[in-house]
Amino acid sequence: MSDLYRELILDHYKNPRNHGELDPCDAHAQGQNPLCGDDIAISMNFSGDDVSEVRFTGRGCAISQAAASMLMELVEGRSVTELAELPKEELLDEIGVPLEKNPARLKCALLSLGVLKLALHRAKGTPLPEEWVGFEER
Amino acid sequence: MSSITSISALDVPRIKSDFPVFEELFGGRELAYLDSANSSQKPRQVLEGITEFYEHSYANVHRAVYELGERATAGYEGAREKTRAFLGADSTREIIFTRNGTEAINLVAHAWGLSELGPGDVVVSTVLEHHSNFVPWQYVAKRTGAEFAVIGADDNGELDLEQLDAIAGRGRVRIVAFGLISNSIGTVNPVEALVGWAREHGAVTVVDGCQAAPHRSLDVGSLGVDFLALTGHKMLAPSGIGVLWGRQALLNSMEPFNLGGEMIRSVTIEESTWNELPNKFEAGTPPIAQAYGLGLAIDYLTGIGLERIEAHEHDLTTYAMESLADAEGVSVLGPPAERRGGIVSFTLDSAHPHDVAQILDSHGVAVRAGHHCTQPAMDHFGIPATTRASFYLYNTRTDVDRLVEALADVRATFA
Repeated sequence: MSDLYRELILDHYKNPRNHGELDPCDAHAQGQNPLCGDDIAISMNFSGDDVSEVRFTGRGCAISQAAASMLMELVEGRSVTELAELPKEELLDEIGVPLEKNPARLKCALLSLGVLKLALHRAKGTPLPEEWVGFEER
Repeated sequence: MSSITSISALDVPRIKSDFPVFEELFGGRELAYLDSANSSQKPRQVLEGITEFYEHSYANVHRAVYELGERATAGYEGAREKTRAFLGADSTREIIFTRNGTEAINLVAHAWGLSELGPGDVVVSTVLEHHSNFVPWQYVAKRTGAEFAVIGADDNGELDLEQLDAIAGRGRVRIVAFGLISNSIGTVNPVEALVGWAREHGAVTVVDGCQAAPHRSLDVGSLGVDFLALTGHKMLAPSGIGVLWGRQALLNSMEPFNLGGEMIRSVTIEESTWNELPNKFEAGTPPIAQAYGLGLAIDYLTGIGLERIEAHEHDLTTYAMESLADAEGVSVLGPPAERRGGIVSFTLDSAHPHDVAQILDSHGVAVRAGHHCTQPAMDHFGIPATTRASFYLYNTRTDVDRLVEALADVRATFA
């Protein structure tokens, strides 16, 4: 079996954390990976400068959906400013499987983080950093 | 449909030994390459022939007056003659070399479509089409004010010809664009009916032969189509070479596509005039060695015999469909084996196609996962993607067995 599908990934895929939608919410974004059709939507509420609540919905491969679920655990309780700058390495460390040799799957893994950044920068009114441009909304 | 019993079986081990890629192990095993509908592997005869061509016969074509240039031109034009014979075309003037199948179709869409189409006209494609024979027509219709109509399909993934009358009622049918074989689910489309209908309305047929030309014998005369596009890389040739075959009268009446060197007769500051066919549509230095490689690939395929290749793939397809029918959680899309090419597209209940393909890869089984550049077809089935296994002359029943075994591992992983 491929070492991409370690226990933790499968657990997050089968039992996604913070699954759902916040309505109304303070920030929202949705994005797709046009190559494979993975789709993630994230909604958040803020308390002061902190993210107090976060939820996601989506469809797609195990890597994209498990990564989104893992991202939820990284987000809650942290400040909007800090999260807007969150380095992708932090999520990739959490995922913990080798993706460097597999650029197509790296895109799956980072889709949720791209959508999170889109939602945060939109809420703050700041421009989305170049490296995250491209997860366009339909 | 050819009868299997009268055709001698392929010597697959011998064929396989012509393909260097099968000497390498993947996932510790010989490669089960089930992605030839995407792109085929290349035999030594093509690879070494191209190297030799570069070493001994390479220069630019059609202009060099030294011996090397003459050899290059002979190699390039020789490939055109082989392509003509391969397609049963009347003249090499009708064989236009392009970059790939997509460019061949775009040539017709731009050079014919943009100047011939207008309001009141109907441009017809099908819901099963590869984006390359769908998007250009959607685009050209929008640009010219013509109407874009799409022939739908039934639950089996077979075109619903009952819709044709309603489509004809929408205006003057000018273009009917369809593929001989669907790349994403393998359906063999009813050429005769579609060509007959198009003729009845005086429409031009633009036919995507990319999934058929590598696998079965084609004859443009008996197909009765007006344009046929194919691509080299799916039929043992290098990437970067495609073919547009078209009726000479149509090609002659068309405006040029790309403009520049080679395609002109004369150029003055005031105006330019166009070269004869096929040069009129081959602006700039063409893919010389790639075309030569296509000629070598045609030699290889015809040496084995397209009828034998078709029969071999039909056997594998039938076997795969039977095996997958017994595999738990697998749903195969598309028509029965008798009405499909060597393509089996399926979904698995518990896993996304990308995860399926990833785990299959760890078993040394290479398949394609995705929408296969046929999003309208995926929408038709209400799914985002499929896993697709496709067969060619180097595949065996063992490859199918390995696919089925690896799928059991996918299911176990996602259980």
